[in-house]
Amino acid sequence: MDINFIKSQFPIFKNKINGKPLIYLDNANSSQKPLRVIDRISKFYSKEFSNVGRSVHSLAVTATNRFEETRDLVKKYINAKSREEIIFTKNATEAINLVASTYGERFINKGDEILITELEHHSNYIPWHFIREKKGAVIKFAKCNDRGEVEIDEIKKLITNKTKIIGITHLSNVTGAILPIKKIVDLAKTKNIPVLVDGCQGAPHLKLDMQELGCDFYAFSCHKMYGPTGVGILYAKKKWLDKLPPYQGGGGMIEEVNKDKITFPGSPTKYEAGTLQTAEVVGFSESIRFIEDIGIKNIMKHEKEVMEYGLENLKKNNSVKIIGNPKEKGSIIAFTIKGIHPHDIATILDEDGVAIRAGHHCCQILHDKVGVAATARASLGIYNTKEDMDFLCNAIEKCKKIFEK
Amino acid sequence: MELKELYQEIILDHGKNPRNKGKCDKFNKDAKAYNPLCGDKVHIYLKLNKEKKVENLSFEGEGCAISLASASILTDIIKGKDFITAKKITNEFLNMIKDKTSVSNDILNEDQKTTIMSLSGVKKFPMRVKCATMVWHTFISALEGKNINE
Repeated sequence: MDINFIKSQFPIFKNKINGKPLIYLDNANSSQKPLRVIDRISKFYSKEFSNVGRSVHSLAVTATNRFEETRDLVKKYINAKSREEIIFTKNATEAINLVASTYGERFINKGDEILITELEHHSNYIPWHFIREKKGAVIKFAKCNDRGEVEIDEIKKLITNKTKIIGITHLSNVTGAILPIKKIVDLAKTKNIPVLVDGCQGAPHLKLDMQELGCDFYAFSCHKMYGPTGVGILYAKKKWLDKLPPYQGGGGMIEEVNKDKITFPGSPTKYEAGTLQTAEVVGFSESIRFIEDIGIKNIMKHEKEVMEYGLENLKKNNSVKIIGNPKEKGSIIAFTIKGIHPHDIATILDEDGVAIRAGHHCCQILHDKVGVAATARASLGIYNTKEDMDFLCNAIEKCKKIFEK
Repeated sequence: MELKELYQEIILDHGKNPRNKGKCDKFNKDAKAYNPLCGDKVHIYLKLNKEKKVENLSFEGEGCAISLASASILTDIIKGKDFITAKKITNEFLNMIKDKTSVSNDILNEDQKTTIMSLSGVKKFPMRVKCATMVWHTFISALEGKNINE
């Protein structure tokens, strides 16, 4: 695999940041876009654009076909049973809100329990909090252990006959822990509890197979997968989509509207109200092709190699503390440096063209538990190399020098 | 280099050894602020006496070097000033961060001016401006706020 060739497909790397080459290590936040994705959006607007699923003119047919082709590609990519199980949303956050709101409305009542984990991004907590407030439900948090992972036994311990849904991340955006989703789903199935997986960090780095995972819902965002912003995807088993009510009302999601009665079509139409990010959905088809051309397994292997190299070097530095040490780890390294606040680290690294994130990464529950307000985070993508890790380590040394004065 | 302007020695010193940290004696006003983007927290305590003078001033908080230095410098410079002067210095500081290059008032001595101007480096780092300004806004909230137990 030629990483330089892969990197050359990303125009952003032609730019200098503060006069230095860009070392982009903020991929868990959002990834950069290859030219083919950018070009696809441009081509769609230049040659194929119209609103989709409504008009009968030629452009409308072309645009609708391109849009729906992405749905087919996603269906195939994640191995869903049918295309109706793929719903386009504005982001993964909206996908989780859709489930929390509709499932919560129909199936969660006073005293019922929602089981999530301490590793969750706020996006997989706050939507459930709204249901807690509205319905008088209870949210239980599965604890993460010292390694920064959630064990299956912890989930087992917290399941009761009041548990109505389990919401869990596939891959922690802080500790990088890859959770045992299949085991959790198998366990939940024996109790008839549906499982929603927050796949924001899982989808860009792990092989996705909905039949193998067996989860009921899987939410992910396209912009973290070398794709456009403004598009998220909700995979949901058809049995749920048939049972759950619509989420938002508006154009394009109805069957028949009368003054006293409205009927709705099946999924996905029922859940896609209003005009969506049409060009971005079409553009995402090229992101999937880009990933498939390289092969997700090759991406995983490369990122793991680079991460392990980086981790090894960072661990040699006594002032650096890595947050979490999970057995199964995705390519995310959250860390602190003794005596230097993460925001100062991020600003100093930026001067050298090294882009990382600093903050609580929308995981305040986890940061409170670790006992820090913020951490610095380097997260990898396919274009990162061992050399990037050297840049990171050198920039950290520079940080220390500035503060040791 | 811009980074050197941001992390000047004065700032690193105040950041590492912040002055007036903790709850000061007999404070009668306080205010706190939180920056949800980065998790920086600050809590200002002050004693405004009958002559409307800031008799005592301190802060508690956690955050980056810039925010701690800013809080430390604020408490150091404002302590002992009267209500009107304190507000004037604060406005000068916020104006300096916003658009002016230096502080122009005649209340501060040269040392104090240099200290306060050491924070002007954040201008070139728009994402860090709030790190420097949050504590000054919090101070004004405390100063203009109601007395505790009133």
